[in-house]
Amino acid sequence: MEIKNLLFRMADDALIIGHRNSEWTGLGPILEEDIAFSSIAQDKIGHSLALYTMLQEFGESTPEHIAYSRNAAEYRCCKLVEYPIGGYDFSLMRHFFFDTAELLRYQLLRESSYEPLTKLAKKITGEIKYHVFHANTWVVQLGGLGTEESHTIMQSAVNQVYPLALGIFEPSKFENELSEKGIFAGEAALEKLWHESIAIPLEKAGLVLPTFSDKTIEYGGRYGYHTEHLQPLLDEMTEVYRLDPAAEW
Amino acid sequence: MPTIKSLDPRVTRLHIPDNFDVPPIIKEELDQYQTYEVFCREKTGAHHHHVGSVHAPTPELALSFAKEQYGRRGKVLGMWVTRTSDIIVLDDSDLDMFETIPEKGYREVVDYARVRDRIEAFKKNQTAVQE
Repeated sequence: MEIKNLLFRMADDALIIGHRNSEWTGLGPILEEDIAFSSIAQDKIGHSLALYTMLQEFGESTPEHIAYSRNAAEYRCCKLVEYPIGGYDFSLMRHFFFDTAELLRYQLLRESSYEPLTKLAKKITGEIKYHVFHANTWVVQLGGLGTEESHTIMQSAVNQVYPLALGIFEPSKFENELSEKGIFAGEAALEKLWHESIAIPLEKAGLVLPTFSDKTIEYGGRYGYHTEHLQPLLDEMTEVYRLDPAAEW
Repeated sequence: MPTIKSLDPRVTRLHIPDNFDVPPIIKEELDQYQTYEVFCREKTGAHHHHVGSVHAPTPELALSFAKEQYGRRGKVLGMWVTRTSDIIVLDDSDLDMFETIPEKGYREVVDYARVRDRIEAFKKNQTAVQE
């Protein structure tokens, strides 16, 4: 069903990137940035909770159960969010590409015919706006106002992350239904807005998008085909839950 | 060289040598970070008050850090940051300017506080007379 599929894609993206970004907690480059990035990670987990809760309306189990009891193949997140945190350059660039898409997605969903999503979008766009503000500030600073070294590092992060980021917009089987029913304008429309939006900070930062063939776009995640990094992440994330799935916290 | 195996898998993944005889890596001191003072208000129209400081390389990042460090607990309806170095500070050695001679009580608020007691006493007296 089209709404269920959309909710799973969004919720799994939020949960997995939230978990990945939380891996920086306590290890961030400076205290203030550690606090900000950890807080952003926590927000993402909150968004996934809201979306998993919506799925209960469609006969799904509790949010904890859906989040922690599936195998990698049952997840609908894009591959971008699964990759290990890498260096801070990789994590920042992923945060920049992902959150810009996330903000635009929720802005489109403010007009959705599916009311629970409209309400959620109104509630959390402010949070994601901050996430984008944080990402843009770093990208412009390190790309455009920093040193030659920081610029080179950021450009190589763009080259590495951009093909992965395009995987966010892998079309689902339900694109037509979603737009016909007024639920969501669709991945193609979102991708177009995203390109317009990222162009502004990238230009300020003097960073350019790489050219490459369509074959190198990392698709598959939306259909359950993931990188080898997702299952180990799930094993680690669910370690405590699996000790006693019925435990009350 | 064997590396630290921690209960925290993230620490294990850092491959830190399990040998504390190795001297720590000495990094160059950062000179580009400044401190910024953060001011918030909880109500529109209220005064911004000082809530603390943050370290940041630029004013924009200072605002970005301040938002999470001081704005994620309660409601915030306004936030300012300013470079600590931009604040004009009265020198500690000049604090004696605030000192005053004790006989000048008529210039101090504390003296006027007693006026309230007198008004109260007067009102009480008036009521007693009317009764």
